[in-house]
Amino acid sequence: MWFFVRLILRNLGRNGLTGLGIVIAIAAFGMLRTVVDAWYAGAEATAADRLVTRNAISLVFTLPIAYLQRIRQVEGVTRVSYANWFGGVYINEKNFFPQFAVEPESYLAMYPEFVLADDEKIAFLRDRHGALAGRKVAERFGWKVGDTIPLRGTIFPGNHSFVLRGIYRGADRKTDETQFFIHWQYLNERLKTEQASRAEQVGIYITQIDRPARAAELSQAIDRLFQNSLAETLTETEKAFQLSFVAMTETILVAIEIVSFVVIIIIMAVMANTIAMSVRERRREYATLRALGFGPPYVIALILGESLVIALLGGAIGLAVTFPAAARFGARFGSLFPIFAVSDETVVLSGAAAASVGVVAAAVPVWRTLRTSVSEGLSSLG
Amino acid sequence: MAVPLLYSWKNLWVRKLTTLLTAGGMALVVYVFSTALMLTEGLQQTLVATGSPDNILVIRRGSETEVQSSIDREQAAILTSLSEIALNADGRRRASREVLVLLGLPKNKTGVPSNVTIRGISRDGLELRPQLRMVAGRLFQPGSSEIIVGNKIAGAFRGTQLGGSVRFGLRDWAVVGVFDAGNTGFASEIWGDGEQLMQAFRRNSYSSVIGKLANPARFEAVKQRIESDPRLTVEVKRETQFYADQSEMLSNFLKILGITLSTIFSLGAIIGAVITMYGAVANRTREIGTLRALGFRRGSILIAFLLEAAFLGLIGGVLGVGMASLMQFVTISTMNWQTFSELAFTFTLTPAIGAKAMAFALAMGLLGGVLPAVRAARLDIIDSLRAA
Repeated sequence: MWFFVRLILRNLGRNGLTGLGIVIAIAAFGMLRTVVDAWYAGAEATAADRLVTRNAISLVFTLPIAYLQRIRQVEGVTRVSYANWFGGVYINEKNFFPQFAVEPESYLAMYPEFVLADDEKIAFLRDRHGALAGRKVAERFGWKVGDTIPLRGTIFPGNHSFVLRGIYRGADRKTDETQFFIHWQYLNERLKTEQASRAEQVGIYITQIDRPARAAELSQAIDRLFQNSLAETLTETEKAFQLSFVAMTETILVAIEIVSFVVIIIIMAVMANTIAMSVRERRREYATLRALGFGPPYVIALILGESLVIALLGGAIGLAVTFPAAARFGARFGSLFPIFAVSDETVVLSGAAAASVGVVAAAVPVWRTLRTSVSEGLSSLG
Repeated sequence: MAVPLLYSWKNLWVRKLTTLLTAGGMALVVYVFSTALMLTEGLQQTLVATGSPDNILVIRRGSETEVQSSIDREQAAILTSLSEIALNADGRRRASREVLVLLGLPKNKTGVPSNVTIRGISRDGLELRPQLRMVAGRLFQPGSSEIIVGNKIAGAFRGTQLGGSVRFGLRDWAVVGVFDAGNTGFASEIWGDGEQLMQAFRRNSYSSVIGKLANPARFEAVKQRIESDPRLTVEVKRETQFYADQSEMLSNFLKILGITLSTIFSLGAIIGAVITMYGAVANRTREIGTLRALGFRRGSILIAFLLEAAFLGLIGGVLGVGMASLMQFVTISTMNWQTFSELAFTFTLTPAIGAKAMAFALAMGLLGGVLPAVRAARLDIIDSLRAA
């Protein structure tokens, strides 16, 4: 190892620059993988025993509240809750955060990952004009329990205002702490007076089932209840439901994934260039070594070793930079990516990328050196 | 006296591997840079071209998209009889009451469902969109369960090919025609008879009203008049502006993502250029000494090496833009977050993007070449002639 470090020190400027390039590339690679992971975070945070039922036409269409009793009666269903996407605007469009009008008691029972103090929970359940916000969204806007939060409706016209009754925390890192909940009853009463034709409607039903293994069977059982009705349903696991959102923007995700590999290829080219230059300068040394009786494996080890040490050192620093960078990015774009954390898989992939940059960059120079005969090498100009 | 251009150019070919690797790295950066701009451009052109500047689009106040909007029959009737709207040959106002809903349809290739926009139009709806023409089959019959599909999605979703059928709202809808709407958002939509679609979806209100202004210059006055009418709870936009607004979020996202990435990546490529150019200077120390001895000034040496770096950048730029221009044959289909529906658009290369990409490449080359060129220019004649 020290031997290679001394080799690198022979041209510190060049190797240092290359190392810096690798630091940047590995950090960029790590960040891009984390962005892709963040996209899937919603699907990762789901539970296997929860099913989501929505209108079969598309999410824009609602389902009658009357379905509640019928879904409850399905054997194997232990609990049913429901929610509407509220889609209000807080002050202006830039302050986006997800808002749902839910049936609070069953919803909170079904999502134990939203951790909430008992007194706040009771206060929220009791107040039909109350609201519950995630820790991150409350911090973002500086809300405290008791504050009044005005929202301008886009889907449900008019101005709405809610009193913040509680702030929940996530039970683990995976839990989304940017959501905002209000009472479905509040919304419904308001619709009854203003737009009666849209009242008594539910966006999605969330169903808890007794055993996750029965998900497929129970999904079909629920959908069968409403076949050939005016509002046919589509029931799937919560994970499949979340993944269907990811799938809609899949093209962008694929592009980001491709680009994360492009940066590795760019740095491979830069690294290969550096190694090629080092090797070119030392052609006579290698030829001398070979004339002294050192075989090709020794020469290969010399070139590959230097390349790998630069790549791995750069990779290690790059990875070390990724963590604080991700933390800052996550804090800044929390509304876009509620969960933004570097996964173990990303760490492994970044390490593998750095190592492969080291190996691939050494390949052509090694091949060229071995192809040069000893006498050619000895006679070459340094 | 200047060092001949050819000197800088030919030096690049002396060390082909190094030049190729460095220019290749830059080419990839330029490729990422230009594809991001091309994608943004394609998206904007598609949505801007969707609207027509003479048309106004009316949606419910506070709703941002046609899908969220609802306009009841009474208000729609007031809107379609406004005197500011142009008349057609039969003396009817040139306006269309439209209903827009999203339908989750599985993609043919992957089976994964995505949201497709279905637009129900009134009889004058087609006339308001001159950019639209039928390319296969025929128009739907008013009052029937027939639909026509845009060329960008025809066949891409299950049942959307000519002669196919799509089931929703307890009915089978026959695909009787395919229309070409050029590079517009309409090309990703399904169209049918508005009243039939409203019945199928059990809704009693329209999503939007589109009308052709008799005098497009009076837009502001018309907007004022409609929005202050106490019978109406609507907002009025030019159709072009409405669609341009819909591209805002996605195109900003693509642009910021693309530019951030290419800036970070360009650091890597610049480092590559620095290494290459330092190498070039180190290898040619004696040559530089000779040039100086022949009477070339420090400034000429500086320029010769800067030019070499610039050429390096330009080679990378040409390769990168060349690769990116191939992307023009690719159509991207993804969800537009603002409308929650599928939209197809193509990578569009404009001369401005080409110029920006080349400038970017040149800047990378020059930035990488500055320090090495300065070192070359500062070499001492005697020392450099003595160098091994």
